Amino acid sequence: MLLPATVYILALVGLPFLIAIVYSVTDVTVGDTSLDFVGLDNFRRIIKTPQFQRALSNTLFFAIVSQVLIVVLATALAELLSRDFRGKRVVWFLIILPWATPIALGTVAWLWLLDSQFSPIDWVLRSVNLLGPGTLLGPEDHMVFLGREGLAMASVIMVHVWRLLPLAAVIVLAGLTTIPRDILDQAEVDGAGFWRILFRIKIPLIFPIISIAILFGLILTFGDMAVVFVLTRGGPIYYTQVLPTWAYFVGIEGGSLAEGAAIALFLFPLLLAVAILVLRSSRRMEIS
Amino acid sequence: MRTVSFKRPAKRAGLYGVAAFFSFFAAAPILWMIITAFKGDWDLYRSRGSPFLFNKYPTVGNEPSPVVDSPTLENLRLLFFETNFTTFLWNSLAVGVLVVVITLIISIPAAYSLARLTGRWGERSGITIFLVYLIPPTLLFIPLFRIVVYLGLNDTLWSMVVVYPTLTIPFCTWLLSGFFKSIPKDLEEAAMVDGYSRLMAFLKVVMPLSLPGVIAVVVFTFSLTLHEFIYALTFVSSSAHRTVSVGVPTELIRGDVFFWQSLVAAAAIVAIPVAIVYSFLLDRLVAGFTMGAVKG
Repeated sequence: MLLPATVYILALVGLPFLIAIVYSVTDVTVGDTSLDFVGLDNFRRIIKTPQFQRALSNTLFFAIVSQVLIVVLATALAELLSRDFRGKRVVWFLIILPWATPIALGTVAWLWLLDSQFSPIDWVLRSVNLLGPGTLLGPEDHMVFLGREGLAMASVIMVHVWRLLPLAAVIVLAGLTTIPRDILDQAEVDGAGFWRILFRIKIPLIFPIISIAILFGLILTFGDMAVVFVLTRGGPIYYTQVLPTWAYFVGIEGGSLAEGAAIALFLFPLLLAVAILVLRSSRRMEIS
Repeated sequence: MRTVSFKRPAKRAGLYGVAAFFSFFAAAPILWMIITAFKGDWDLYRSRGSPFLFNKYPTVGNEPSPVVDSPTLENLRLLFFETNFTTFLWNSLAVGVLVVVITLIISIPAAYSLARLTGRWGERSGITIFLVYLIPPTLLFIPLFRIVVYLGLNDTLWSMVVVYPTLTIPFCTWLLSGFFKSIPKDLEEAAMVDGYSRLMAFLKVVMPLSLPGVIAVVVFTFSLTLHEFIYALTFVSSSAHRTVSVGVPTELIRGDVFFWQSLVAAAAIVAIPVAIVYSFLLDRLVAGFTMGAVKG
C-alpha cells in the first residue's frame, strides 16, 4: 500500500531531484542543453561571488528572525485561542485571513501598502505625527519601506510573518490542547501564576510541537520565494536577495540552469540535518 | 478548551487586548483591500486623503465629477468582465479538489501501512517521506517542466493536478500516519473478529475516528494549491488554464501598470470565503494536528 506513494514521489520528486543534481555538476544552460561534466566548478565559482555570500547571509538572517517572531507570536496567539471567550469565532476568522489569501495576491497588496509614495502605512504614521518634518521618524514624508537596506528586509520579514502566523498558531494550539487539564489545575492550586505556568509547564511540554512549527516555517521560508519575488525581487541592490530567488534569477532569467541548480542545492544538507533533529525530538514526545 | 473566569476585569481586558492586536495585524490589510476595491483612481493616487475612507473629487455645486469617483464598481467590472477571473476561480477550484482527491487516495493507504509497520523501519520510513519536503521547488521546477512537457501536459490544468500532490503527499502521509498510530489496533482486530475484512474494518472503524486528520489534510492541501505560484507560472502559458494566483497578476499587471484596485479585489474575493470555511473547521483542524503530529 506504500507503493503508489513511493512511485509518485520517486517519479515526480526523486527523478527531477536527480536531474537537478546532475545539472549542478555540468555546464548546462537554456541555450546549450548538452551536459558536459564540470565537477564542483559551479559550486566553487558561486561561493566566491559577493551576490551569493550576501544571499546566503540574507537567507539565514531572514529565516532565523522570521522564525523567532513567528514562534513567539504563534505561542501568544495559541495561548489566546486555547481559551473560550465571546467572539472567538470572529477573532479566529480574522486571524486566518492571511493564510486564506493566495500568497502572490496578498503580496501584491503589500506592495502598495509599502509603496514609496502612496503607502497607507506612511499615511497612518503621518496622521499620528510619527512621520514628517520635526517628528520621530521624519524629516521625510515617506518611509520608502522597500527602498532602504534595513527596512526592505524588515518588510519582507513582516509580510512573511503575517502570512505564516495562522498556520504556526494552529500547530502550537494543537500542542496546547494535549496538555492534561489536571497538570495545569495542580499548578494553579500550587500558586503558580500565568507566566510561570507558561514558561515552566506549557512551553517545555509543547516544545517538540513548536519545533515542528519551526521546521514547517523553515521549509516554507527556503522553498517558497513568492514573498521576496513579488515584493522586492531581491532588491534594493542585493539587500533582500535570498538563495531561492537568487537561484531563480541565475537559473531561469539568467539562463544558467547549472548554476541555478547549484545555488538551490546549497542549503539542502543544512536543512536535512535540522529536519532530522526536529523530527526525532518530536516523535519522542510523551505528554499524555 | 477552558473558560476564563471573568471575575477580574483586568484579565478580561488583557485577553481582548491581545485578541484585538492579532486581529488587527492579520485583518487590517484585508479590510484595506475591501475598501480599495471600490476606489476610483483619483482617490487611490491622492496621498492626502485617508486610504481607509472614500474621498470625493471636490466639485463645485452640481458640476459632474471629471474623474471616476469612489465608491465605484468599475474595478469589479474590470476584474469580472475584462479578465478571465471567473475562469481562474473555476480552475483553482478544480485543481484544488482534484489534488485533494489524489492526495487522499495516495496518502491514506501509505499512512496506514506506515502506522502499522512495527519497529524502527516504520518510524524511519515516516521520517524519510517527510524529508521529501526539504527539496525546494526552486530546484525541482526546471526538471519537472521537462517531465511535464514529456508527458504532454504542459499548458493544461493537468500539469498542476499531476505535480501538486508532490507538495502535499509527504506531509499528509506523515500527519495521517501519526493519526492512525493513535488509534488502538485492538479496535480493528475486534472488528475483524466480528467478521469484517481488513479493508472493511479500516473503513468502518479507523476512518470515522480519523475524520479530523482527514479534514486537516484537506485544508492543508487545498491551501497549498491555492498559494502555489512557481509551478503554475512555469507550466501554464495560456490564460484559459491559469489559476487565480498566477492568472490575476499576469492579467492585471501590464508592464509597469498595476490595476491595484482590481488586484486587491481579487485577493479579498478569494480570501474571505476560504477563511469562513476554515474558521468553521477550526476545532477539527486543531484536533487533526493534535492527533497526527503530536501523539503519533
